[in-house]
Amino acid sequence: MNKKLVSAVLCGTMILGSVSPVFAGTADGMKIALVAKSAGNAFFEIAAGAFEETVTAEGGTVEKVYPEAATADAQIKALDNLISQDFDAICISANDVNALQAKLEEAMDAGIKVSCFDSAPNKDSRQVFVNQAGTVAVGQALMDAVLDIAGGEGQWAILSATSQAANQNAWIDAMKTIMEEDEKYAGLELVEVAYGDDEPQKSTDQTAALLEKYPDLKVICAPTTVGIAAAAKYLQDNESACKLTGLGLPSEMIEYTGADDAHSCPYFYLWDMVGLGNLSAYATISLISGDITGALDETFTAGDMGEYTITEADDGGTEIVLGLPLEFNSDNIEEMAELY
Amino acid sequence: MEKKSVLKKITGSREALLAVILIILFAAITIVSPSFLTPKSLLDMLKNNAVTMVMSLGMLCVMLVGGIDISIMSTLALSGMSIGMLLKYEHITSPVLAFVIALLIGTACGLVVGLVISRADVPPIIATMGFMYIFRAMGYLVSNGGEWASAKALGSFKDFATTKLLGINCVIWVIILCYVVFFFFMKWTRTGRKIYAVGSNANAAEVSGINVKNIKMLVYVIMGFLAGLGGALQVSIYASAMPDMQQGGEMDVIAACVIGGVSMSGGRGTVIGALFGSLILATIAKALPLVGFDALWQNTIKGILILVVVVVNVILQRIADKNALKGREM
Repeated sequence: MNKKLVSAVLCGTMILGSVSPVFAGTADGMKIALVAKSAGNAFFEIAAGAFEETVTAEGGTVEKVYPEAATADAQIKALDNLISQDFDAICISANDVNALQAKLEEAMDAGIKVSCFDSAPNKDSRQVFVNQAGTVAVGQALMDAVLDIAGGEGQWAILSATSQAANQNAWIDAMKTIMEEDEKYAGLELVEVAYGDDEPQKSTDQTAALLEKYPDLKVICAPTTVGIAAAAKYLQDNESACKLTGLGLPSEMIEYTGADDAHSCPYFYLWDMVGLGNLSAYATISLISGDITGALDETFTAGDMGEYTITEADDGGTEIVLGLPLEFNSDNIEEMAELY
Repeated sequence: MEKKSVLKKITGSREALLAVILIILFAAITIVSPSFLTPKSLLDMLKNNAVTMVMSLGMLCVMLVGGIDISIMSTLALSGMSIGMLLKYEHITSPVLAFVIALLIGTACGLVVGLVISRADVPPIIATMGFMYIFRAMGYLVSNGGEWASAKALGSFKDFATTKLLGINCVIWVIILCYVVFFFFMKWTRTGRKIYAVGSNANAAEVSGINVKNIKMLVYVIMGFLAGLGGALQVSIYASAMPDMQQGGEMDVIAACVIGGVSMSGGRGTVIGALFGSLILATIAKALPLVGFDALWQNTIKGILILVVVVVNVILQRIADKNALKGREM
């Protein structure tokens, strides 16, 4: 009797063991769909790669889904397909704030967890949003960079993407607010916000115009990847005394980054896309396992990244903020350019 | 015969008219922003508009035979992206070779477009719309789905756009060379005149022994060649190759030709006209941020200025035609 029991227990353990050989993984057997904005976004791919790596390491599987176009319609089609399959969670970078609500609610009703990163759908369409960097954090980092590079005072200008770009406008507004509220920025004068429409040609025209209009301009801040690269090239080729900072891609900026006069950009920022992918993966896994539900003030452990707390987002929903944007300077740019 | 007055000479020649418009623009901008009329500022403007200026010549040929090509910026992206990736992954290192490859890809694209239009008789706007999508998508494919080839990856290739020859930037020499070559080609070579003949009256040209199909194909090959050159220039000037570069830029090239008096229905247009057209467009693009219009208004004003220039041009052309007729009646 005893022997039988022991052997039965042993058999049971063996069967369990063969089904899930690794007990360490927190995502064993989980199936997660990662929905992109569209194909062909190198930026997304970095985060998606990190996301997949983390989930796979934890024992789950990831299917990357690319809508036919960068529209909400195409994402709805893709989501339709996914809901009928047996996914545990959908992690999405949304093409539209409101248009996906019905589909994502349908998914949640079907028991599929919905997380999102990079670009969030509205608060009712998601359980949790992983935010690369809070708007204020970006504004603060950029403002401090401008103050530092300008040497405490002087004229500066912003070179943005289009005048309707939501992200850029939010950062610019944050910068303006920060500048007005703190005395230490009193010596800075924002002379103009120019728009290069994320085209190298137009951005170059705008940069040239800024320099011609404001000969004493000390700093240009370009919170957009195309704009900062175009401005960096123009300033460097013309050996301008005006310096540059903003948000950019290290691989695009490596030629222009350095603290000396030969380089046009002492340092610039970008959020950590690898970190974003990793954190999104851990958040999604925690949603599936039930560790979190997406409610305010819940905490979870994101592997080696440590403990994260769910906070309130600007739109009234909840979010997990990755942290401060990363600074790229002459010390780390070589290494970072390999990644981005 | 009495000598023509200066005024008549100006209103009689479309090119002279464009020159006057350009001078007025220059003067107006200089009043608002004196730094505009400095050699550096003007050379910067030429360099920053090199792609449009060079490609206007191809569009001139295409429009002369009554065609249009809206696939050109996709060709530019494909050829530019291709050499960008080849340089990035060190398959090639020589800038000369990069230029040659870009030109070959551009020419090949142009040849395919030309074949479809001239042999299958597909309307140019439809055929080139198809190729606009195809070549753009191929550009994305070449880029591994959206990678950029950036300044560092481009090695010595990007130095072309910062090197000066006899005090003038190499890019500007390319523009000058293209315009000189095309001026002679269109005016004094047999092929150049055939393009005009086909555009003026395809049937008459056919009857007089011109192979109309081949000429129609040739103009797209020329356009493709220049789009390939545009791709190489774009990558060199901005030291980065992106698959979405110059999206929508074909409209600027077409606008440059239209401003320059090139007729949309074919047969009418000159190299000098294309030159002034693209210069006027470049001046407008350069001036708008200098004068300090609100961002949302800049494109509106650009559109209005283009329309005004074209309308003034058309009205004066009509007067000139009338005067010419009068001369004949007397």
